[in-house]
Amino acid sequence: MAVEVLMPALSPTMTEGKLAKWSKSVGDAVKPGDILAEIETDKATMEVEAVEEGVLDQILVPAGTEGVAVNTPIAIVRGDDEEAGAKPAAKAPPKNEMRPQTAETTTAAAPPPPVTVKPAPAEADYKGETRAQTVREALRDAMAEEMRRDPDVFLMGEEVAEYQGAYKVSQGLLEEFGAKRVIDTPITEYGFTGMGVGAAMAGLKPIVEFMTFNFAMQAIDHIINSAAKTLYMAGGQMGCPVVFRGPNGAAARVAAQHSQCYASWYAHCPGLKVVSPWSAADAKGLLKSAIRDPNPVIFLENEVLYGQTFQVPTDPEWIVPIGKAKIVRPGDAVTITAFSRMVGVALIAADELAKQGIEAEVIDLRTIRPLDIETIVNSVKRTNRLVTVEEGWPFAGIGSELAALAMEQMFDWLDAPVVRVHGADVPMPYAANLEKLALPQAENIVEAVKRVTYK
Amino acid sequence: MPDFARDSTQLINLYQAMVLTRTFDAKAVALQRTGRLGTYPSSLGQEAVAVGVAAAMREEDLLLPSFREHGAQLWRGVTLQDILLYWGGDERGSASSGPRHDFPVNVPVGSHAPHAVGVALAFKLRGEQCVAVCVMGDGATSKGEVAEALNIAGVWRLPVVFVINNNGWAISVPVARQTAAATLAQKAVAAGIPGEQVDGNDVIAVRAAVEDALARARAGNGPALIEAITYRLSDHTTADDASRYRSDAEVSQRWNEEPIARLRRYLVKRELWTKADEERMLTALSTQVDAAVESYLATAPQPVESIFDHTYATLPADLADQRAAALAARSRR
Repeated sequence: MAVEVLMPALSPTMTEGKLAKWSKSVGDAVKPGDILAEIETDKATMEVEAVEEGVLDQILVPAGTEGVAVNTPIAIVRGDDEEAGAKPAAKAPPKNEMRPQTAETTTAAAPPPPVTVKPAPAEADYKGETRAQTVREALRDAMAEEMRRDPDVFLMGEEVAEYQGAYKVSQGLLEEFGAKRVIDTPITEYGFTGMGVGAAMAGLKPIVEFMTFNFAMQAIDHIINSAAKTLYMAGGQMGCPVVFRGPNGAAARVAAQHSQCYASWYAHCPGLKVVSPWSAADAKGLLKSAIRDPNPVIFLENEVLYGQTFQVPTDPEWIVPIGKAKIVRPGDAVTITAFSRMVGVALIAADELAKQGIEAEVIDLRTIRPLDIETIVNSVKRTNRLVTVEEGWPFAGIGSELAALAMEQMFDWLDAPVVRVHGADVPMPYAANLEKLALPQAENIVEAVKRVTYK
Repeated sequence: MPDFARDSTQLINLYQAMVLTRTFDAKAVALQRTGRLGTYPSSLGQEAVAVGVAAAMREEDLLLPSFREHGAQLWRGVTLQDILLYWGGDERGSASSGPRHDFPVNVPVGSHAPHAVGVALAFKLRGEQCVAVCVMGDGATSKGEVAEALNIAGVWRLPVVFVINNNGWAISVPVARQTAAATLAQKAVAAGIPGEQVDGNDVIAVRAAVEDALARARAGNGPALIEAITYRLSDHTTADDASRYRSDAEVSQRWNEEPIARLRRYLVKRELWTKADEERMLTALSTQVDAAVESYLATAPQPVESIFDHTYATLPADLADQRAAALAARSRR
């Protein structure tokens, strides 16, 4: 019986990879455990093993092919007694030793389709050249350009140098800037966060990468008590120009202690700026602004977005100012605010709503603090309805702040109470089905919009 | 004896700096008791640590003081008035007259230890022959971030010197209940850096030990930890009453070892100091401190807008609104 060999996922967030090489040729006999091929992502290389005995009948994806989507058939193995070219009767996912051997691997073999989003248009006033880049590459370019521009800028964190970043955001930086400016730290968040603060207070401009923002909890005293308050407490004499950056929020299947949104934690604190971009262009333009900013900036990225591609301006002087939201989809029926990954979800919801005759305006907040109140208020004055979307918990969340803002500044324009769409108010479940339920989905946003539009 | 200790002028300078610190501390406590200063941590009995550390430093080195290093700040050029402003609750006290690069007082216990490592990293990246000097108390050595700071400083051989002002007490907790380690200096061992104990009531010994550590660090030979053993003769702060938890007998005994009388006896014995010198000095220092107090008390309070002006480098729109509202409220009154 012929079986298809599928492109495996190395991790729950992997959507595609490169088929680096074939270890077997068409016509070769294979038995379980034989290495068929090698696949690569920007994070790892692994071998694909055969699970069935038979003969390699067809190679469907040639060696060297980039961007092979997970679950794409890459080869067909037929039984010894079958004729060549037989149609496969069943799909067998290849054995993947890096995948957890639990019952849930059945869901991992069929991940949800990658979120399809329209590429973000460049800032309205930019007329220069753009190119397609992933968020990951855009962040790297932002750091590289700013490090070329200013010798005081340096990057430190766990795995940022030799390993090129735990999520490969710092690829090529060690090579270009050397170990003096791209610094691997010991596993010592409390310590290296304080060091970043000290180096900033001594006049440098550190970029401190947290492998994820979950680990910054150990260091929050330095972020709040030292970084955010120094300029104030030193009577303006000494500031702290530091960027704390890394992935924030839920990724996929990393469970309660590694899936949480810190936007409202940091946005609560005066002295900090908090940025959380969605598109690659904004990731680049805002990270550049953050590095140039004389204040401490919390830069919240998202692991799921790292591999998504958008058009990005190539001009190294092009930046996105902190404190400016962006209308990513104009509409007149309702205002939907979102940030980071939820912008993509909100746009999917907006497309669905459009099919039902409801034109939603989607605002990418981009900066959480200082919040672009003007853009939000002006939008709601036109749409008269507000739905806020965030991945984080509801209590004292960004949606709560926006609801308060609506009371203070939009009350007379509202035709319906504000509705908040947010993550479930529980620690993030590990189980895939429950995780999905705990995170805002496009249908939740569609329902919220119907509530405020009384449809 | 180190070279500086053979120079009578230098010895007298150290002595006078310690007496100035003590005179100032007494005045500051008096101001607090009469409602004209906030909570204040006296450094009574520990003057040799602060003065010895600062005297060992070069101008271009960078001091990261905790909250009991007035003596070091004064030596570095911070004025008496700055310190009074700071402890009086006026943030202008940290926009100080000392070296602009010195860090302001760090009140959270031990969090300036990693800051010091960051400063040392900055020196190294810029190729500057400077050293960061972090002074912290014995209680700080129990903190995780201090261990992390020592560890990274060791791994990267950074130019930083950690001085532990071991005054025996962390508020009411004696060192024996802070750690089972026989010494605090040995905390350096796990970090792979040199650690030593020094008599913290001997200003000559403190300065000499810190000078040696600074020279090594400046030459690229990495960090060091110095435990200066002294005693807190005062309460923890003006908000504390140490008689509730430690015996008068213990304190009385420690008065016999305090650093100022000790150096004075040495100076007198070497015929470098007379009773007349002492009286002249006390009068001069008292006049100096009184003038600073007068100037401090005459300083106009901070205007309401000052709470907004330095929260960010440039005022964000929402804070600008709050600032305008505060100013409008003031003009209505």
